[in-house]
This record gives sequence, C-alpha cells and structure tokens, in this order.
Amino acid sequence: MLVAELLVFPALLAYGEAAFAYAGELRGPGLAGRLATWGVRLGWLAQTALLVGQAVSAEGFPWGTWAGSLNLFVWLVVGAYLIWGCTPRYRLLGLVVMPLAAVLLALAWAGGGTAVVEGERSGPVLAVHAALMLAGFAGLTLAAGMAALYLWQERRLKRHDRGVLKVRVPALGTLDRLAARTVVGSLVLLTLGIGFGAASFERGDFDAAMAVTIGIYAVYAALLVLRHEGWSGRRAALLNLAGFALVAVVLPITHFA
Amino acid sequence: MRLTLAGVSHHRTPIELRERVAIDLDACRDLAARVGGEAVVLSTCNRTELYLAREEHAEEEAVRTLAELADDRGAELAAALYRLRDEGAALHLFRVAAGLDSLVPGEGEILGQVRTAFEAGSPGPFLDRLFRQALHAGRRVRLETAIGESPASVPSAAAALAQQVFEDLRGSRVLLLGAGKMSEATARNLVSRGAEIAVVANRTLEHGEELARRLGARALPLDAVAHELAEADVVVSATSSSDHVLSSDDVAAALRTRRGRPLLLLDLAVPRDLDPAINALEGCFLYDVDDLEAVVAETISGRRSEAARAERLVEEEAARFRDWHASLDVVPTIASLRALVEEIRDGELAKAGGRLSERERRHVESITSQILAKLLHLPTIRMKEAAAAADGVVYADVVRHLFGLGEEEPRR
Repeated sequence: MLVAELLVFPALLAYGEAAFAYAGELRGPGLAGRLATWGVRLGWLAQTALLVGQAVSAEGFPWGTWAGSLNLFVWLVVGAYLIWGCTPRYRLLGLVVMPLAAVLLALAWAGGGTAVVEGERSGPVLAVHAALMLAGFAGLTLAAGMAALYLWQERRLKRHDRGVLKVRVPALGTLDRLAARTVVGSLVLLTLGIGFGAASFERGDFDAAMAVTIGIYAVYAALLVLRHEGWSGRRAALLNLAGFALVAVVLPITHFA
Repeated sequence: MRLTLAGVSHHRTPIELRERVAIDLDACRDLAARVGGEAVVLSTCNRTELYLAREEHAEEEAVRTLAELADDRGAELAAALYRLRDEGAALHLFRVAAGLDSLVPGEGEILGQVRTAFEAGSPGPFLDRLFRQALHAGRRVRLETAIGESPASVPSAAAALAQQVFEDLRGSRVLLLGAGKMSEATARNLVSRGAEIAVVANRTLEHGEELARRLGARALPLDAVAHELAEADVVVSATSSSDHVLSSDDVAAALRTRRGRPLLLLDLAVPRDLDPAINALEGCFLYDVDDLEAVVAETISGRRSEAARAERLVEEEAARFRDWHASLDVVPTIASLRALVEEIRDGELAKAGGRLSERERRHVESITSQILAKLLHLPTIRMKEAAAAADGVVYADVVRHLFGLGEEEPRR
C-alpha cells in the first residue's frame, strides 16, 4: 500500500470527528463547532493530498469506477461546503453534509476508490465530462443539505422551539435563496458536463444513465421555473429534496449497477 | 497611588435608596470635578459608583461625597455602600464594563455608559489607564464570547426572530398594530436592525398618527389593516382589543398574493390580538407573549453559561492591570537609574569630545547608547517582574543602594 493511500484514514477520521462535533454544536454553540470546522479543513486537505497522489500515479482519469467517482464526489461536496461552512452561522449545514461525507468516503474506500493504482487511459474530454458532472451533483447535494436545514429550522420556528435563537442557523430567507443559487450553479455545471459528454456521443450510446441524468436536470430546471412563479420556501425545499432523492437513489443504480 | 471605589447597585440596595444618588451625566461631571484629584462617577439606573485614585483618605472622601448626595438618608446610604480597594476595585470595574455585574448578564448598554462616565470624569494617568483597560476588557468579552448575542427582552427577541426568518431586515416592511409602549419598543428594535415601519394602525387614529410621525410611517385605522397584510413582512400587534384584530381568514386571503414570501406575526397583547390558527398557515410564523418570554428565558440561561468564559477574560485583564499597578513601585527607580547612566555617558563623551572628529563622535555616541540600552534591558524587565510578584520594593531598594540613587553625591 502506498503512503498516499493511507491518507484516506486521516480524512475519514477528520470527517467523522466533524460529524460528531457538529452534533455537539447543536447542543451548545462554541468549542464543538470550532473543532468540527477544523475537522472539515484537515480532512479535506488529507483527501486533497490523496487525490493528488492518485492523479500523479495514474496515467489517465483515476476516478472512473463507482468508488473512485464517490471519492471525488465527496471531495467536491466537502470543498463546496467549506466555502460557507467556516462561518459560524453556516456551521450547522455541516450537520447534514459531514455525516454523509464520512459514510460515502468509507464506501469509496471499501470499494477500492481510494487506492492508488495505474488507471485506464481515458480521453481528456471524458475526464472533463466526468469531473463536471460530479461537481454538478456535488452542488445539488449541498443544495439538498440547505433544503433539509430550511425544513428543520422552519419546523423549529413553527413549533416555537425555546432554543430557536440559541443555535445559530442561517435565516430561512437566506437558506431558500442560497439553495436556489446553488441549484443554478449546479445546473450550469451539469449543462457543461452534458455538453462535453455529447462531444464523445455516438449513435446507439443513449442508455438509462443518460435518461436519468436528463430527468434529474429537468426536475431541477422545473424547480427553478416554479420558484420564479412563487414556489419558494417550504415547497421549494421539498421539491429540492425530491430531486436529490433521484440523484441519491436512481443515479448510482443506473450508472454503476 | 491607591484606587478606591465606593458605590451602590441593584444587588443590595433597593431602588428607593439608589434613586437618591442617581445623577445625570452633567452632575457626574460636576461631582468628579468637585471631589478633586483623579475621580470618575458612574451613575446608571442600576448603580452609582465613585472611583478615586489618591494616596490617602480616599475611602472617607468617597463615602462622604455619596452620603451627601443622599441628603437626609445619607447615614442609611453610607451603611449600604460597598467599598473596594486596588485590585478588588479594578476587577469590579472590569466586570461592570463587561456586563457581568448587570441585571441581565452581558447587556451591552453598560459599556457605553462606562465610556461616557470616563469621558465626563476627571481622570489622571491612573484612572485613565484603569478605565481604558476596563473598556478594552468589555470589548474583548463582547468579541470573544457569545454573551451579548442573544436577546434579553421581549422586544429584542422579537427583532431577533425576524432576523431568523429574513436575515437582513433592510427593506423589510413592518405593520404595527397598536400605538402603545410595547409596540414602539419593538418597532425601534426592528428599525435599529434595518426594518422599515410602513404602517401604524390604531383604534384611536390620533395616537397612531403621533407614533407614525415619530417612526416615519403611515397611520391607518385598525379596521383597515387587512389590506396592508399583502405588503408586510412583519406584523407587530399590541392593542388593548378584547377580540382578535386579525383572523386566520384575513391572513389566508393576503397569502394568496404574497408568492410564498414568509410572514412573521408577533402578538404582544394580552388578551391576544391575532387568531392562533394563523400559525398553521404555510409561510406564517405566529409568536405570542408567552412564546417570546420562553425564548428570552432560554437565551438568558445561555448568557449565564457564557458568563463563565467572560469571567476568565475579565480576570486576565484585571491581572494585567495589577501588574501595571505593581510596576509603578519600581518605575521611579528605573527612571533614576536610566538618568544616572545617561548622565555618566554624557559626561564621558564630553571629556573625549575634543579628541574626536564629528563622525567619530556620532559613532561613539551610537555605540555607547546601544551598550547602555542592552545593559539596562534585563534589569528593567526583572524589576518589573519582581514588582508584579510583590518583591518590587525590595529590588528597588537594592538598586537604589547599589547605584547610590537619590544620594547627594553618588560615587562615579
């Protein structure tokens, strides 16, 4: 086993620590939140080093397998989360993101996606296509996290939770707006990814995975249109989560089964 | 120099006695000037305190001054006064500035009151240092702990809840139902966070118009508010109506044109003004007084837990002040020592002056200056450290003896 491969363990440990620490932040803001943020940062750095090790050792695109894709996907999700997650008000988004990241990275490791091996030679167009699609789906994951946080905070406000001002969570309006913007950004990435994929498309290549991807694209596009028509807040959050269910359940089956 | 504090506060003294010595800022200024020397008077609704820095008789002077303010109840006040000296007095002021001695722990208004009292007082070098460090301690506590972040009153909790829904209240429109004190206090909290009071609706239109004028809003009769709901983001209701002012149907009708925008309704009236069924409508968040008071109680308990961290920060600052205060004992000795060596250096340079060119003289001056600075650096640090550890006077005496400081004709 190469040294680079061992980096998956500190990354896993740090992500796991962050997930537990975010639960502590929920009980009382302060030290737990800071520990969680450092866990995310250090874990992401370790995973970045692992990915660099994989990229250097492989001749082609090293994340072509389902487990490899999962590895890259987790890195993109955590990287996107880091943009907001370091500020105290957005910390609790980590409560949604980090347990998922830790579990998915463990799955990637179990599936051999974190091993440093010589990859299959693949064309640059295909590599860019895969990277863009994964980045797009990572953005949709983050948007789903925000939608889940929206529904949780809305429930606390509706139920007059006594501690509603004690635990810092972004305002409902902010979560709603940020989730919509993240979906827009993700759709741009997906559009580019689909465009690169279409460049290497040959007649007869159309399969279930492509159909599902286009279906997901359509659901999120509909979400944006409906939002424009006044479907904001709770309904937008629910639709966002429904779209993510397609990403989380159907996409892995069609792509990697 | 000794620091002395005498004062009364909400902890032990009832308001009947406190109000006898509660004075405005101009009176604080006059009193500090009249007492003479270094003096600062801090007077708020919860406390009146007199800080004096002088060598002797400070406590008697402070007690006499405050007792005079209380007039015929002077003797009673003198018995109620707390009296603190030096380190205890400094720590007390630091706790006051940090809001740790306040009725609601961590309240932020006191920091501004301490600053104003300091500016109105007659501080010399000692009280200047003390109050500046107290203000620094107060700012540190607010920056490094969350003690002041949570609201401590129903109006501020209402405004904080609005921020939980909308984040930035700039551009948010507020509909105010009722023109009483509670409505106004809540409105002012919302305005301070950027909200705009659009409409004040009141049963007696003249009262509503008066408040609307103060808040830069429109006034309407209470029965015309249903039409304003579609444009509002926050509704604050505190009327004395015995019936519901807004029904669930009124709000449901307004929601149809709001395109999913949330609506926060704060019912501060008893009996309640707003139909409780409104909370079940999608996008509506209705809070009554009990809900808000429960939120305030919870946040105040959070403040108490943060107070432990704040106490540690305040103690750190108090220790820094204590070290500085202790170092004052050795400062005259350090100054004399430096003056002595400078005098020797100047004398020797003058003797050699005729034998050196201008360039050489500057060079020798620079070298000797550096040598002396390096030689004196460690003894200076050690003396200040010793002063902080209460050995400063002994060290100072030894240095004065060894170098003949203060003698008529030191041996050179």
